[in-house]
Amino acid sequence: MDSALIPEGARRCPFPVFAAGIAVASAVLLWGVYAMGLVWIKGLNQTNMNDYYGFALWIWADLAVIAIGGGAFFTGLLRYVFGIDELKHIINLAVVIGVICYSSALLILAIDIGQPLRGWFIFWHANVHSMLTEVAFCLSLYFSVLIIEFIPLVLENRQLDKVPFFHNLGHNMHGIMAVFAATGAFLSCFHQGSLGGVAGVLYGRPFAFREGLLIWPWTFFLFTWSAAAYGPCFTLTVCKIFEGVTRKKLVKDNVVDLLAKISGWMIATYIIAKIIDTIYWAGVTVSDMGFSFMHFYSDNAFYGVWILFTEIVICGIVPAILLTVKRFREDKKLLILAIVLGTIGVCINRWVMVLQVVAVPVMSFDTWALYIPSWQEVATTILPIAYGIIVLSLAYRYLPMFPQEQELYDAK
Amino acid sequence: MFPFCFEWVWDVGHYLFFGAMWYAVIIISLGMTYCVGKSLVDTLNGKGAGHGDGHH
Repeated sequence: MDSALIPEGARRCPFPVFAAGIAVASAVLLWGVYAMGLVWIKGLNQTNMNDYYGFALWIWADLAVIAIGGGAFFTGLLRYVFGIDELKHIINLAVVIGVICYSSALLILAIDIGQPLRGWFIFWHANVHSMLTEVAFCLSLYFSVLIIEFIPLVLENRQLDKVPFFHNLGHNMHGIMAVFAATGAFLSCFHQGSLGGVAGVLYGRPFAFREGLLIWPWTFFLFTWSAAAYGPCFTLTVCKIFEGVTRKKLVKDNVVDLLAKISGWMIATYIIAKIIDTIYWAGVTVSDMGFSFMHFYSDNAFYGVWILFTEIVICGIVPAILLTVKRFREDKKLLILAIVLGTIGVCINRWVMVLQVVAVPVMSFDTWALYIPSWQEVATTILPIAYGIIVLSLAYRYLPMFPQEQELYDAK
Repeated sequence: MFPFCFEWVWDVGHYLFFGAMWYAVIIISLGMTYCVGKSLVDTLNGKGAGHGDGHH
């Protein structure tokens, strides 16, 4: 039925099977859209946000998708600016994931601001003393860069490629992609960093506050670093999910191994910096502000030392070791364990830096403010997952997302 | 956003924020203009028809 659109020689499931899968994902998507409509029509009273939780589930989801979407800017930087040619076989997937993650982040923000019709105020009436203004600028512009990186892949569709102008456009965009990739890396460094900076400058929140360099708290650098380190883990995780679902090898082992190794070393260096930051915070910052370390991890039903241990040891040190040691990295099960742990690790870090920050009592009369999101918040947070599944499925079916697919199939 | 907006001030904050923003906007716009323009010229010169010119 749609065979004329499928890349030449590629084997795809029958259209009815594909359509059924898309229909299931669309049903979940519609549930999210309904919740989104409720929030836009009735307002933020549809959420369980309150005076404690001005930042809640959405902002965590926003920061998490931006972090795991960091694979796009980092892989793009490595491929187009540093010229690591092997990564051209996985860059398409990284870009599609980036587009999904960043469009989801913008959508979540559009829901969270409550008055989306006033979204342009942040540009027109910019507060140049706010890190969030920097985030809004860089996020929007980087999303345009991702779209530019995505266009050549769309234009490689079998039918579009027959149109000479589209063919030439794709070719010419590839020609100067290094310029776009470098711009994207510049923008990414600043918005990833500023998202961390927002937490680090909260001097009234000792759990988040950090000292730093000039105007940037250490969290600025840790957020950028962690996105570059853990983003490729998510790219590889999606790649492995694709290979599992399609029961096909889509990317050669040497490409996966290279990206996993780079990610491993980035995680290793990041986690060392994170440990130093945590020790300094626990030993100096916290006591200077009149608190004790255990104040932030006790007397509540959820946040214990376990969360710090999980983030740093299980989802930091363990994947760093598994991905940097060749013997472990070449073991398929250990590789999958490492990239999944890495993805979870950065999501936990963002959870802690958004939700635990606001949960911790800071006044003597305060208690821990625990929060359970409303179903509207949950549905709108699940919405991007359904949307991502649909976009990835369409991209896989109709675009040459995995350039080595045919070669690997023929070699089987 | 623009110097003619009533709240605009010529200070370091505006230089840095809007300088970086407009710098990125100009690079992206010029890059895309170049790509679209060159593709139009290439197409008018008959390039890309039949795709025999070594794509990517």
